[in-house]
Amino acid sequence: MSDLTASAAPPYPAAAEKFKFYGLWVAAAVALLVLPKLFSSGGSLTTFSLIGISIIFSLSYNILLGQTGMLSFGHAVYYGLGGFLVIHAINIIGANKLPIPLPLVPLIGGLTGLLFAVLLGWVSTQRSGTAFAMISLGVAELIASSALILRTFFGGEAGISANRTKLLRVFDWSFGPQIQIYYLVAAWTLMAVVAMYALTRTPLGRMCNAVRDNPERVQFVGYDPHVVRYLAFCFSGFFAGVAGALAAINFEIANSAYLGAVQSGTVLFATYIGGVGFFIGPIVGAIFVTLLSLGLSDLTPVWQLYFGLIFIAVVVFAPGGITGLLMMHRPLVKAGTLLKVIPSYLIAFVPTLAMIVGLILAVETIVHFTVNPGEDSHIKAFGVRFDAASRYIWAMAAILLIGGFLVARKTWTWVGHAWDDATSGVHEEGAAE
Amino acid sequence: MSAAIELRGVEKSFGITSVIRNVNLTVAQGERHALIGPNGAGKSTLFNLISGYMMPTIGSILLRDEVISGLPPYQINRRGLSRSFQVTNVFANMSVWENLRCAVLWSDGHRYTFWKNIDNLPEVRERTAQILADINLTSRRDVPAGLLTYAEQRALEIGITVAGGANVILLDEPTAGMSHAETERAVALIRRLTEGRTLLIVEHDMSVVFGLADRISVLVYGQIIASGTPEEIRGNPKVREAYLGEEAA
Repeated sequence: MSDLTASAAPPYPAAAEKFKFYGLWVAAAVALLVLPKLFSSGGSLTTFSLIGISIIFSLSYNILLGQTGMLSFGHAVYYGLGGFLVIHAINIIGANKLPIPLPLVPLIGGLTGLLFAVLLGWVSTQRSGTAFAMISLGVAELIASSALILRTFFGGEAGISANRTKLLRVFDWSFGPQIQIYYLVAAWTLMAVVAMYALTRTPLGRMCNAVRDNPERVQFVGYDPHVVRYLAFCFSGFFAGVAGALAAINFEIANSAYLGAVQSGTVLFATYIGGVGFFIGPIVGAIFVTLLSLGLSDLTPVWQLYFGLIFIAVVVFAPGGITGLLMMHRPLVKAGTLLKVIPSYLIAFVPTLAMIVGLILAVETIVHFTVNPGEDSHIKAFGVRFDAASRYIWAMAAILLIGGFLVARKTWTWVGHAWDDATSGVHEEGAAE
Repeated sequence: MSAAIELRGVEKSFGITSVIRNVNLTVAQGERHALIGPNGAGKSTLFNLISGYMMPTIGSILLRDEVISGLPPYQINRRGLSRSFQVTNVFANMSVWENLRCAVLWSDGHRYTFWKNIDNLPEVRERTAQILADINLTSRRDVPAGLLTYAEQRALEIGITVAGGANVILLDEPTAGMSHAETERAVALIRRLTEGRTLLIVEHDMSVVFGLADRISVLVYGQIIASGTPEEIRGNPKVREAYLGEEAA
């Protein structure tokens, strides 16, 4: 290496940094191993499995949205087809006593996702932007509706099921108990995350970013943006297929919901809420959205409404997602000025919370009178009982909502001032990766 | 010796409006050739035709005796022709380093590779560092390109254009909007980076054109009205009337 390279190129990471980097992965692996020891109930194991599946699916989606700048409305196609193929595969393997153990079966789902991405992606990746989004939506509708028509393969509305315990056993694991499924999902999640992270560090991964930023210029440095998008699409399809396969193994069933618009929408939600600008964003989003959907559905019948409101709030106020919000504070932490903004946050939190409580009261009251007006007006939402017919409740909702908003608006300006104060003198270096 | 670029009877029309009319132009290898002309003469369109951004309606374009008209831009780029843009056209969210590295990757043979860590490619590293030092942006290496000053972005634009090692370089108004001092630095940079390569440059600043170019072609209303050495162009009455006269007046 010449002296020039040594002085101009970014330094190779120091041993300490490398240690930190690999340490992080090892720590993640250990955490995955230990997690079931801390939360051993069947319910939490199922939750962890669902989170793992959602992490793979969301990261695969972010190869498109965050890395390559393609907004897909039909990513569930590759997830769902992976799931269906795996159910069929388990049945065939079980019936013919083929020497394929269950831990290898997700690969079948991945290859299915890859195959369909190879077939369907060439045309849709010709362009990004609106054209790509529309084609993805069209393909998704086509596949989802054929799931109900082609009954022999997709099993109609009931779907098709399989018994995952009838396969060749390794180490005497039957994969009946949820704990064994948890470890299967955890292992695949770790491998998929490492693989997708590694992909961002390759020439192709970097050219994906270039295509996202400026597809026109990419053509003038020798690259065909169509090919870059197509390859990204194929990788994305593969990992979506793995996620779908794990879901099918977890539930031992695949039905048309796997392929549907709701599934495609949920992955978009999770990825966007987590933050598309960072590799870790979709992981955060997958955890958040899975926990939220499981938790909220117990607390209120209209949980999807709140889901939508959260999504709108993120799009409008925090386009960088949760990760973007957290990462915004990194320069402050480095400069040691984080304490300047914390008090303003605490002050703003009180009226904002009041506003949200008022909103929830209003929503639940309105839902009661529009959805089940004939029933008893004493309703329970978020664990709290109240009388939706009471004037006091109505007044309280109005005061909290309007008063909270007016006060909160004032406190948000304070937050802004505190920010200006804290960031003045802080050099913003390197925004999103 | 064969010509680096040759245009044979090239025409381009948008609907009934013809923008480029029967242009014949030859740029010899190793030559610095300037293309001048009033605003709207079709200079940028001509660049778009040569670089594959647009296809000529009639006529053919040759790069070292090989027909390139009709090929997409990336195919032309791979054959050794690289262009810059009049309006800065970089990868705004990526750092200066990554911008230059993207421009090096293809010609260094890495193509769509997805099995190698990009940080462990010594030749890519070396060439990127070389270009970074050449355009004097070493101190701005990790800054997102969108946050650079205008002059720095123009330097990066030139850096991306030459980074792939193309033999034929097309620069579209590289000094537009620069101060006098910045222009001087930019010209020195261009002179250094295009050493031994063929350069076709569109430029409005006559001191740049006459200082840099071996030959000059004058484009007016989509037609080349004169082509020759700087002295010939300076003395050409048609050119004085159509273009230089306006400036002198």
